[in-house]
Amino acid sequence: MTEQSETPRSHVKVVLTSIGVVIGMVLFVFYVLRPMYYLICEWTGITGSTFETVEAQPFEVQMDRPIKVQFLATNNATMSWKFRPTMNEVIAHPGELIQVSYYARNGSRRDMVAQAVPSLTPFEATNYFLKTECFCFNQQPLAAGEETEMGLVFQIDPDLPDWVKTITLTYSLFDVTVASGSASAPAQ
Amino acid sequence: MTTTTHDHHDDHDHHGPAKGLGRWLYSTNHKDIGTLYLWFSLAMFFLGGVFAMVIRAELFQPGLQLVDPGFFNQMTTMHGLVMVFGAVMPAFVGLANWMIPLMIGAPDMALPRMNNLSFWILPFAFAMLASTLFMEGGAPNFGWTFYAPLSTTYAPPSVTFFIFAVHIMGASSIMGAINVIATIINMRAPGMTWMKMPLFVWTWLITAFLLIAVMPVLAGVVTMMLMDIHFGTAFFDAAGGGSPVLFQHVFWFFGHPEVYIMILPAFGIVSAIIPAFARKKLFGYSSMVYATASIAFLSFIVWAHHMFTVGIPFAGELFFMISTMLIAVPTGVKVFNWVTTMFRGSLTFETPMLFSIAFVVLFTIGGFSGLMLAVAPADFQYHDTYFVVAHFHYVLVPGAVFSIMAGAYYWLPKWSGRMYNETLGKTHFWLSFIGVNVTFFPQHFIGLAGMPRRIPDYAVQFADFNMVSSIGAFMFGASQLLFLFIIIHTIVAGKKAEAKPWDGAEGLEWTVPSPAPFHTFDTPPKID
Repeated sequence: MTEQSETPRSHVKVVLTSIGVVIGMVLFVFYVLRPMYYLICEWTGITGSTFETVEAQPFEVQMDRPIKVQFLATNNATMSWKFRPTMNEVIAHPGELIQVSYYARNGSRRDMVAQAVPSLTPFEATNYFLKTECFCFNQQPLAAGEETEMGLVFQIDPDLPDWVKTITLTYSLFDVTVASGSASAPAQ
Repeated sequence: MTTTTHDHHDDHDHHGPAKGLGRWLYSTNHKDIGTLYLWFSLAMFFLGGVFAMVIRAELFQPGLQLVDPGFFNQMTTMHGLVMVFGAVMPAFVGLANWMIPLMIGAPDMALPRMNNLSFWILPFAFAMLASTLFMEGGAPNFGWTFYAPLSTTYAPPSVTFFIFAVHIMGASSIMGAINVIATIINMRAPGMTWMKMPLFVWTWLITAFLLIAVMPVLAGVVTMMLMDIHFGTAFFDAAGGGSPVLFQHVFWFFGHPEVYIMILPAFGIVSAIIPAFARKKLFGYSSMVYATASIAFLSFIVWAHHMFTVGIPFAGELFFMISTMLIAVPTGVKVFNWVTTMFRGSLTFETPMLFSIAFVVLFTIGGFSGLMLAVAPADFQYHDTYFVVAHFHYVLVPGAVFSIMAGAYYWLPKWSGRMYNETLGKTHFWLSFIGVNVTFFPQHFIGLAGMPRRIPDYAVQFADFNMVSSIGAFMFGASQLLFLFIIIHTIVAGKKAEAKPWDGAEGLEWTVPSPAPFHTFDTPPKID
């Protein structure tokens, strides 16, 4: 058939441009679409998840505005730990620094590592719920049979929309033993 | 362009196809490759059809009868994948290969060897995909949309083969699209200006741009899956800081343009056939071109309407609802133009025309149910029910598939040099038309009543409609055997066809003899 050199320039131009677009679109997925998704999530707070440590702010405490904060715990999929909040709810006032904790026990016969992922309802409150300390910032290793109390210190930004009276915070606990590459924990 | 045709001429002193299997393996001829694509697509249509028959047989009655639920899931998944990537898309590429050079007066596709490659990698992709059925853990069972983490954390081991198969299909589609673009941009006969191009060429040009834009997105999303499964990344794994919802966004950013990739060429086909049998010029040619371009543009900004229930901000629901409904405007323009083309025309109802009219009517029904689904608050009721199944089958079966069949009957005389049997063709049409409606119309009702999709068993109140639907499906499936018979019968024993067997047909393809000689338009035709 036609020799390489005989492929008309006009075709070569189309092919090169198209290949450029194809490569551009793959990069677009990895470097634009994905970051954009997280940017929008962060901006709207829609996922109810923040993993950011915030310094305690010197807010004025609004004692006349009680906000009910409820705590839930879920085990994801095959996670076998006992996992629950030590108290089901607290009344928080915007500006107040409040400490609560979750109880976890690795009842299995192997050392495991867990990761807690928060989710907050209503999502409009996400960006006003400031965590100064949270066990969700780090992976939590527990030896077989070990138990622990994991702390959470939070503060509610007084700018929280007025209609929010109740905030529900759920933590889902994921088994990340394999992913964390913990040597003492054979993947069974 | 004269140089191209000149070079080509020199290379082909023999002016005929090679003999034996080599003709097909090494072919760089657009007609041969078009034929390969069309046969391949027909084979995949039957394979996907067999999967559909298994699904409808299991759903014939409530309860678990024939297959276990895991296998049922493999069937729904494979049916979707094979029909979308194996039957509909290659059929359109085959039609493009055959018809675009003939329609624009070009001697061949622009990049003949790439054309050969883009076809011949497809059988490998689908052999790989089909082989997963025999693997340990079974074939992919997570639905054709392969949502993570079903397709990552919980996927059968065969998912890796699925990923590579999708990569190959994507590469094939991209190469096909590049070829179409280069051919249309560079190889139009002198005088074939943009606004003189047949609408099939226009719709394919726009489809090719869509393919180049979104097939890399598909490749990207399956690559992320591959990395999550094998290389410890966490693109879609919440525990590792990823998000399964991200998967859905990226997938549908590909997926929505993809559904237009499967329908725009169909618009082109019926826009060729309806004027031919109405014996009138297509009404509103330029508005058709602009409508197609508008639909293609809109397809990029509506993807999240597949995910209303997943959780997107209120403003997002509104935006995606309104942008989705906007698509009804250019689509309405098209339907209006087809109807107006037929209005006061000298209509005759040969098989291609019957399929085209059915396309207009039934595709519009699918469009209307699409509008219902576009209403975000209502979608919370319809989401993941059989209503959705009814909707997309109405746009894909009597939409895309009917248009392909219409095109096959319309151009078969040109391809084979022989005329199909009109009585058999009409019989095939009516069986298909009745079968498709009996299959999918009741699914609207069971969907609205709340039957979820992708389940092997269902509550007894859905039993009657499901049985009706299954009977329709068996009828539709069986009538496609008649289609196969008609094609073979035409090629073997059809009456000789004239160069222009349809008296109302227009276009360059009818100026060459039937069957179209191995080489056409070695010297470009004159276009006035």
